Amino acid sequence: MVETPRPRWTFRRPSVIPGFGISFGYTLTCLGLIVLLPLAGLVVKASGLGLSGIWNVATDPRVASALRISFGVSAVAALVASTFGFLVAWVLTRYRFPGRKLVDAAVDLPFALPTAVAGIALASLYAPDGLLGAPLARLGIQAAYTPVGIFIAMVFIGLPFAVRTVQPLIAEIDKEIEEASATLGATRIITLTKVVLPPLIPAVLTGFALAFARGVGEYGSIIFIAGNLPYVSEIAPLLIVIKLSEFDYGGAAAIATIMLGISFLTLLAINLIQAWSRRRFGYV
Amino acid sequence: MSSRTAGHTDSPSDRPSTAIRIEAVSKTFDTAAVLHDLSLDVRAGELIGLLGPSGSGKTTLLRIIAGLDAPDRGRILFGDDDATGLAVQERAVGFVFQHYALFKHMSVADNIAYGLNARRRADRPAKAEIKRRVGDLLDLIRLSGFGDRYPSQLSGGQRQRVALARALAVEPRVLLLDEPFGALDAQVRKDLRRWLREIHDRTGQTTIFVTHDQDEALELSDRVAVLDRGRLEQVGTPDEVQENPACATVMKFLGDSVEVEAIAEGGRVLVRGRETPVVAPAGIIGPVKLYVRPWQLQLAEPESAHLSGTVRSSYRTQGRQRIEVVDTEGRVFAVEDFDGVRHPAGHPVGLRINGGHVFG
Repeated sequence: MVETPRPRWTFRRPSVIPGFGISFGYTLTCLGLIVLLPLAGLVVKASGLGLSGIWNVATDPRVASALRISFGVSAVAALVASTFGFLVAWVLTRYRFPGRKLVDAAVDLPFALPTAVAGIALASLYAPDGLLGAPLARLGIQAAYTPVGIFIAMVFIGLPFAVRTVQPLIAEIDKEIEEASATLGATRIITLTKVVLPPLIPAVLTGFALAFARGVGEYGSIIFIAGNLPYVSEIAPLLIVIKLSEFDYGGAAAIATIMLGISFLTLLAINLIQAWSRRRFGYV
Repeated sequence: MSSRTAGHTDSPSDRPSTAIRIEAVSKTFDTAAVLHDLSLDVRAGELIGLLGPSGSGKTTLLRIIAGLDAPDRGRILFGDDDATGLAVQERAVGFVFQHYALFKHMSVADNIAYGLNARRRADRPAKAEIKRRVGDLLDLIRLSGFGDRYPSQLSGGQRQRVALARALAVEPRVLLLDEPFGALDAQVRKDLRRWLREIHDRTGQTTIFVTHDQDEALELSDRVAVLDRGRLEQVGTPDEVQENPACATVMKFLGDSVEVEAIAEGGRVLVRGRETPVVAPAGIIGPVKLYVRPWQLQLAEPESAHLSGTVRSSYRTQGRQRIEVVDTEGRVFAVEDFDGVRHPAGHPVGLRINGGHVFG
């Protein structure tokens, strides 16, 4: 093949739509004012403690356990939400049944519900004498006021993200691809695992990342069901609120900065996996 | 194309064995009947074209043979085995879709190897054997060295060749092609047609393909089956269906034709009292419709002409001259003549009928 000289890297590509300068400037300004400035303020506030101060906060057993709970339970909840979200999206897209539109609309409810309402509803449902809590208690599982409760709340609020990110891709699956696989003698399982699912992986990962991020940042719906016992079911955002109510602004900012760092690294990692999987599955 | 003439022998003694028998198949979709009681025998090793306008049920028939759709009534037999209840995975058919249906996330080689890799461990060839077969198929489709590419990096014609190799890899009992060249541009279509014929001659693979393009069906097939509105109108070699169309539908679908009012009388066909060389089928008497191809019309002096009119337009394409003549009642006759004389518009001409068909 003939090696064509690589064009010099330029800021803009030729396009029929004008206004590169103004839209690029607008984007940077908005991103700076709305996202980066508050975050920078946070880091500045935290830096008042100095590195050793932040380290002390991070290694405080109560803070460490809260961070572990926040990120650990979020990851598990995001895994469950993206698995079940995928199934929900699959059924809603692939099958026609009465009431499908209603179910489809209901998926978005966790988006729209005030988080406190969700929290109170979940707490009363899963309380030891609640509708679902009582049978669970008989099985020896205490849902409310334990990490299980946190997990339930996080799955609840994460589910719509998982559903909505994969739904359009499932709708795009070409039926002929499945038929081609079947005519070549592949069983249904092989068709599903080798042909249908691989192209959906990047979208599932996006859903996972969004559900995870939402879970880490969630506050309102969790505190009602979590019971908030230090070292057991206390999440990091609650600890920040506690620090604030004690006028320990530096400590609150320090925890927030640590959360920010971990969140950023996690999302970056997921994005890299996603980019890799896109390449791997032929989205060039 | 020697194999083509060999396939034409029709005496019962050396008739090739039947590979696929379609027995009285009917299919209805949402109250609209798509196939009516359709029967057809496909011979082993032949390349048969299912030709019909859109909505004639040809694709549905192909999908029923593949097992992608189930017939409401009737049976599909592979050889002597009833395959009607067989799942698509067990039928060992190779299906090529109009829009390729390649697996986008797999390389070309993985696409071709898919059917072999999907087999149960006991039936699966060894890795080296699969690799060798993929290599052979890549040679066959003239895409050696493209194994590591992805379908998105190929042109339409190349993709369709990969789809064909993928279907051939599993060594199917029958190859089914659904409008295989429908999505390609004219030049690529022509090349692929010739190439498909070559591959068929080399592999001897029983092949059924669906098309709405008469030229494609007539050029490519050993036999053509003409379908219209879910019924089989005629099956025969390209020569047979062109020389002796079974009905007006086949006549009209296989190419341009004009309808002329005529009178049948004792086996003769008269147009405006003048005799034509056309022979009427036995028992047909009285007013009939005579169907004439453009090349069966010839410009003539008024005294020997069956029809008359004025030239509306004339143009040349690839060594032929096509003249449109309008008669006084506004009917348009397309004429193909080779006299090389320019016929200006508005010029009065006579037309002589040199052939045609009358149907009962």
